[in-house]
Amino acid sequence: MKRYYQPEIETAPREKILEIQNEKLVKQIHHVWDNVPYYRHLMEEKGLTPDDIKTVDDIHKLPFLSKADLRDTYPYGLLGTDLKDCVRIHSTSGTTGKRVVAFYTQHDIDLWEDCCARAIVAAGGTEEDVVQVCYGYGLFTGGSGLHGGSHKVGCLTLPMSSGNTERQIQFMMDLESTIICCTPSYAAYIGESLKEQGFKPEDNKLKAGIFGAEPWTEEMRHEIEKSLGIKAYDIYGLTETSGPGVAFECEEQKGMHINEDHFYAEIIDPDTGEVLPEGSVGELVFTALDKEAFPLLRYRTRDLCVLNRTPCSCGRTHVRMAKPMGRSDDMLIIRGVNVFPSQIETVLLNEGYTPNYQIVLDRERNTDTFDVYVEVSPDQFSDLMGQIQKMEKGLESAMRTMLGIGPKIHLVAPKTITRSEGKAVRVIDKRKLH
Amino acid sequence: MAITQLSVFLMNQPGALIEAIQALSDAGINIRAMSIAEANDFGILRIIVSDTDTACKVLGDKYLFSKTEVVAALMSDRSGALYPILTALNEANINIEYMYAFTGSGPEEAYVVIRVNDVKTAEELLNANGIRTLSDESLKI
Repeated sequence: MKRYYQPEIETAPREKILEIQNEKLVKQIHHVWDNVPYYRHLMEEKGLTPDDIKTVDDIHKLPFLSKADLRDTYPYGLLGTDLKDCVRIHSTSGTTGKRVVAFYTQHDIDLWEDCCARAIVAAGGTEEDVVQVCYGYGLFTGGSGLHGGSHKVGCLTLPMSSGNTERQIQFMMDLESTIICCTPSYAAYIGESLKEQGFKPEDNKLKAGIFGAEPWTEEMRHEIEKSLGIKAYDIYGLTETSGPGVAFECEEQKGMHINEDHFYAEIIDPDTGEVLPEGSVGELVFTALDKEAFPLLRYRTRDLCVLNRTPCSCGRTHVRMAKPMGRSDDMLIIRGVNVFPSQIETVLLNEGYTPNYQIVLDRERNTDTFDVYVEVSPDQFSDLMGQIQKMEKGLESAMRTMLGIGPKIHLVAPKTITRSEGKAVRVIDKRKLH
Repeated sequence: MAITQLSVFLMNQPGALIEAIQALSDAGINIRAMSIAEANDFGILRIIVSDTDTACKVLGDKYLFSKTEVVAALMSDRSGALYPILTALNEANINIEYMYAFTGSGPEEAYVVIRVNDVKTAEELLNANGIRTLSDESLKI
């Protein structure tokens, strides 16, 4: 069985990888300098020219990019090519006000799909396999990424998209899917649904699952593996860098190999921005080495994690990243959707509520529960129950519109939300994901 | 006319009601009539008290509450007594949001508290139909 999708790259000696990175980086710096005035200005402010960047050891000199830069330059400000050369757009799930949009040339799509193909082969995928993709299709990168990767490997691809679990199960059984790709919470849900319908784990033909786009735990991995009768693999990525496939797990499952020939990874101190030594916990930063349309350099992911450069027994030589241990900002990932507490505050103020609220996140049957406690204000109060409930429903739907995901609203009496040392506790995350 | 009801927002959890009642009781306030409406997370305590002003002070800024004008109609404590009251309102197409009733101290005396949007019209209508309605003064509030 083929163990690697692109063995010459995936198992290349470290010196070779470094050589590829240096070569691509120099080219990329010139590409960005010539085509992205926004980043060129940032470089000029630091007194840098492309000549200052000769190897990846010089990357630390470059300015960072963050989600704020993406929003400020929305939609075309970080575009590295003519729009006529772009073939696709993807967008992040629910962010404040403006969404982040990412552009792709055909070359960018190809390298992204290669990355996903590597992940599928690492999970045991071959052209004999039937890959059921139940990530959402559309602006979200999950569906397209794994779909494209599956094509590259030559698997029979089932573009299911997410939802309609009954149909997912029917196709899984009738068409004998062998690999499933979706969010871990949806995998857990499918597992439970199978059980409810009286299926045993050995009744399906699945052998592996590739799960990502939201945080999940080892316990959850075991549960999914048990309920579906598969081996579950983790995959990492973000729209800003392309999508899923930036890093993926091999059969060793001791960290995710970062596709270093396309993405250069650094770990920095989130407060000072300094690059941290090998093995430190810090914020993960990516530089896209050869993406054309959306060539982000030193993009701060806000994910906290550790890199591991020790050789892996799978034979891959690419650095491994641990599962992210948390965030360096206040972003929450709820059922795969990015949510900032500030968005909730905005909705409350828009709807005439006081910004006294508390978000409580928990897990029930492996799916995130999302509750928002809101202090009722004199403006909302009425002696009529129907009136209050109508406003509660209105708030719920305004939240859904803003966030792309609907919390359950609970109205509570004024001044009852827990405050510690005068400061309200805004988020209680009981999911124990890290 | 009309009488004043206090509507208090309470959490739907043990201890919430007793705390509010204790506060009123400590201030010597008598609750003449009450009802509670409940939702999942909270409830609304609706009370008619012996001293509205003092009750408002007691509830102060510790509770979220509002004053609501409601109709209190006097009726006899016997079968069929509610019927003419409802008939009068129904014929005038007046919608009842909620209501609760309590018996009085006199023989065959009962009261029904009715929450409608237009208290004045409802009272005039009831009075025109020979039904007595109470005021804060007549309840000695």
